[in-house]
Amino acid sequence: MTNEISPQQVTAYKAESPALEAWRMFRRNIPALVGVVLLTVIILATLYGTFFYSGDPFDIVWAPHEPPGVAPEFPLGTDYLGRDIIAGMLTGGGPTLAVGAVAAAITMVIGIAMGALSGYYGGWVDNLLMRVTEFFQVLPALLFAMVLVTLLSPSLFTIAFAIGVVSWPQTARLTRAEFLKIKNLEYVTAARAIGAKDKRIIWTVILPNALPPLIVSATLTVGVAILFEAGLSFLGLGDPNVMSWGLMIGANREYILDAWWPVTFPGLAIFFTVFAVSLIGDGLNDAFNPKLRER
Amino acid sequence: MTASFLIRRIGYGLLLMLGVVVLNFLLIRLAPGDPAVVIAGEMGGATEEMLESIREEYGLNKPLIVQLGIYVGNVATGDLGESFFFNQPVATLIAQRILPTILLVVTAQVLSIAIGVFLGVLAARKPNGVMSAFVSVFATIGYAVPVFWTGIMLIILFASVLPMFPVEGMQSVKLRDASLFVQMLDILHHLILPAFTLAIIYLAQYARLSRASMLEVLGSDYIRTAKAKGASERSILFKHALRNAALPILTVAGLQFGNLISGALLVETVFNWPGMGRLAFDSILRRDYPTIMGVLFFASAMVVIANILTDMSYRLADPRLRGKG
Repeated sequence: MTNEISPQQVTAYKAESPALEAWRMFRRNIPALVGVVLLTVIILATLYGTFFYSGDPFDIVWAPHEPPGVAPEFPLGTDYLGRDIIAGMLTGGGPTLAVGAVAAAITMVIGIAMGALSGYYGGWVDNLLMRVTEFFQVLPALLFAMVLVTLLSPSLFTIAFAIGVVSWPQTARLTRAEFLKIKNLEYVTAARAIGAKDKRIIWTVILPNALPPLIVSATLTVGVAILFEAGLSFLGLGDPNVMSWGLMIGANREYILDAWWPVTFPGLAIFFTVFAVSLIGDGLNDAFNPKLRER
Repeated sequence: MTASFLIRRIGYGLLLMLGVVVLNFLLIRLAPGDPAVVIAGEMGGATEEMLESIREEYGLNKPLIVQLGIYVGNVATGDLGESFFFNQPVATLIAQRILPTILLVVTAQVLSIAIGVFLGVLAARKPNGVMSAFVSVFATIGYAVPVFWTGIMLIILFASVLPMFPVEGMQSVKLRDASLFVQMLDILHHLILPAFTLAIIYLAQYARLSRASMLEVLGSDYIRTAKAKGASERSILFKHALRNAALPILTVAGLQFGNLISGALLVETVFNWPGMGRLAFDSILRRDYPTIMGVLFFASAMVVIANILTDMSYRLADPRLRGKG
């Protein structure tokens, strides 16, 4: 045994990028892996479940309020109209997940653009954009989203758009804070010294270095957006032609004291989806900030 | 706290509210179709005379900027328009419903901060103990549960299994003529489930946050000094540490207020709580736009006021800020 390091080891060490290091940390985080597995199962079930279990969630197929486990054809029972609950569960997740993902993407695009411009340029740009951000934070998000959806007439895209429009301020603040921290570091000064333009500095120098907290925030935003979509559908503001978990709960709300199952199963589905997303978010946070792991 | 700070803060709050009024104005114009029809409500079956009177009142045949001026002027004098469903001024409708909402939101806020901070402090005593694990798990679960679903589950539980609390409305019909004291008790009894439903999510977040904030503070020198001079654990935790750990909690509490109002909207709908959220929900289904815009205006005003109060309490809590304008 010698303490010498072979050339291979040196290359191996150099090869580990920060992303790879984060992945190594993430891989060891059991709750985060549970989250990944859970979310994968849910996504696969909503994408391919209907191949194995066909049935239109809007079709009336049986007597109303059949309890779960009684009729073998309908293991989770039927709702107040006699619609199959499993069919609703399998088709109702797709819209929820899609809206969650698109809404989170819209949130991140608006938030990062506002935060980056604000943090990078400072001065009056910062002042103006931060006042706009504060204005949007004053509006109660769900109420504002409800108004937008009603005015634009509900469809999956308008719902995702409305959720994005009401949720970006936090991302903007986070991005701004990261930009303020990074923009005076030496490598940014160096980039400026070799003549890089603002646009290039923002996109290729600062933004990649601000990404870790933004990725964590994007993950958690997906969770919040899913809850938002569920809330809107629950209130009956979703697309009425699309089955979703929130809609199932909302539609069966009047009859909860006669039948607990039509509201319980979709609620559990929403819970486990958001739970999985937040476990992944926490895992990413730990992976990107190894120092915080002690807490 | 200087008076000039307060005046500046209130002025800024009024400016934000002006922004909300302009936004309301733009939203009505954004709706497809004739704004007069939008204002009258699509379900209202408005007659041509009604539409004409709306066009007159809102100046809809004048240039846009004049219309905006009329609208802002109306709102400034307390005229938020008329609900064609209720046949009542929107301001009156909201005045009837704002107190139940404030009661619900403030109770939920107080409950979640009090219980959440207490759990967080207990957890911070042992960063790797059972309580800490419980707080982390609870916070993750609390974040992931849809608030309306929690409410429904509690209704099922308390209506059929444990009939301890009323699950609907704010008052019992049979107690309408009882003495004021009995009525107040009745309202509190009705308040328990909705307030807890709303508090649970934020309770979990405050617990996690105050645990982290306490852990940071507990490592500092003045805590070691307090320990060295023989202060009891309770006095160290609640007197020395919590006061310093309270600032991040206060910040979050202020920022959460808007979310709390959004949550109240769902909780009021689930529990039939006669507040502004329930009114917003009913009005949206009826496309009663003047009422919806009125609720948006008042809900935003509540957030602005909550933010001003937070800023003020921040200054009271942190002596370092007091001298500054």
